[in-house]
Amino acid sequence: MTSYLEASARSRIRKLLDPNTFHEFLPPSERVISPHLGQLDAPVSFDDGIVIGSGLLQGRKVFAAAQEGEFMGGAVGEVHGAKLVGLFKRAMAEKVGAVILLAESGGVRLHEANAGLIAVSEVMRAVLETRAAGIPVIALIGGANGCFGGMGIVARCANVVVMSEEGRLAMSGPEVIETAAGVEEFDSRDRALVWRTTGGKHRYLLGDCQVIVPDSIDAFRNAAFDAMQFVDAAGAELTLDGLHAENAMLERRLANFGTRTDPVEIWSDLGIPAAPTLPMLDADAFRAVADSHRIGK
Amino acid sequence: MNWRELSSQLFPEGFDIVERDLFLSGTARAAGAEVTVIGTTEHAPIGVEIALAQAKAVLDTVDRHPGRPIVILVDTQGQRLRHRDEMLGINSYMAHLGKCIDFARCRGHKVIGLVYDQALSGGFITSGLLADACYALPDATIRVMGLPAMARITKVPEERLVELAKANPVFAPGAHNYFMMGGIEAVWESDLAANLARALETATSEDRRSSLGEERGGRRSAHRVMQAVVADAHARAA
Repeated sequence: MTSYLEASARSRIRKLLDPNTFHEFLPPSERVISPHLGQLDAPVSFDDGIVIGSGLLQGRKVFAAAQEGEFMGGAVGEVHGAKLVGLFKRAMAEKVGAVILLAESGGVRLHEANAGLIAVSEVMRAVLETRAAGIPVIALIGGANGCFGGMGIVARCANVVVMSEEGRLAMSGPEVIETAAGVEEFDSRDRALVWRTTGGKHRYLLGDCQVIVPDSIDAFRNAAFDAMQFVDAAGAELTLDGLHAENAMLERRLANFGTRTDPVEIWSDLGIPAAPTLPMLDADAFRAVADSHRIGK
Repeated sequence: MNWRELSSQLFPEGFDIVERDLFLSGTARAAGAEVTVIGTTEHAPIGVEIALAQAKAVLDTVDRHPGRPIVILVDTQGQRLRHRDEMLGINSYMAHLGKCIDFARCRGHKVIGLVYDQALSGGFITSGLLADACYALPDATIRVMGLPAMARITKVPEERLVELAKANPVFAPGAHNYFMMGGIEAVWESDLAANLARALETATSEDRRSSLGEERGGRRSAHRVMQAVVADAHARAA
């Protein structure tokens, strides 16, 4: 069992897809690098921190993109974002079976602030356009840097979000909130609080992620394939009914949990026995408790 | 400019917009037709409530007024920075708003964004930046962060960033820089009503921002990289 958390982006993507089927677009040998980082004397990467390409998933042709957390936390710069947008455009042209997004990112790359912000909005539109073309988009989150900022929004534009317990999904990072609003608002060094608030288990219980898996590339691989099959049957595109249902779900969440201050209170509200012990459970034990109580099952 | 003054210039044929908890919603007449207006004011922090309220207003327009254009008035300091918003999954609320706007556009609603005061990161990404086209007033502040904060994070001296920003719009805030990069379609210097009428007439749902950024010289790599990824596909298909 290979850890997803510890693997590099390129290794994740190779092991996620069928053996020896991954073909990379704009690989590092083409040296498509950021035009801005050099001006700031910041290091560049020959793939700008993202690996994109095609391959087979259980025999079906898919495209995949993996963000490399080791390079600037997977943050989205001009080239990084453009590679993603290009991949989605090409996915529509080639009518592939799905696009799998192995997201690991702090969001907009602050070194390329303005270009990164526009790029993330272009990615959002490209994701939704791809779905409108009937192609499932599946987001996988299990990297050490989590999935934050604009990429936290992009992930929730996908059809299905798959997370490991170790994965984190949110908007502003705890450090950002602590800096802006004080340590009493969000203590970024309280690891348990950070995981309770942003981690895979809480997201699964709230319905922000649809599948939770152990930290293994194989588990992500199987979940990605199942998700692709599921979306194929259900339809990839946004529908008015679907948006109304999501609107109602988010409104209920606000009404039911809007006055809570800690995720444990929400878990108790959901009827989970011994809610404070939830963070200790492994993935299987957690699901045994969580599945009958989670929202959006 | 406050939203009332803005609205009287933008909608001289009349408007009926209410402000509630920094959230703006209502209707107006533009170019002889009804439009839905949503937006925020006083540099609103976008928390889960405002994101959901905007989404509802968009869905309601799709439900009850098929095809009616939507105008988004942007003035935000960005997403609300609170533990509670993160606990409740603010990214899901933002994404929901983005999906509703995108869906409206797919259903044939023209969607125009206008940054009339301030636009920052998370608050902007799922509003103005998802419109068919986003415009700005000349004095609008648009940014991810200011140069002092950027200097801290990148460890590049602020004076150097100021110098670099003269030639590279990626680094510095401002409507003009976003115009150069293609993120802002045009800056409206005067006659807002006529500009809005033209925007509604010319709106297309195709995302042209990367090619605009290339044409205008403010974002030279994005379009080329997208094309390089896609072109390979065409070569293979041929």
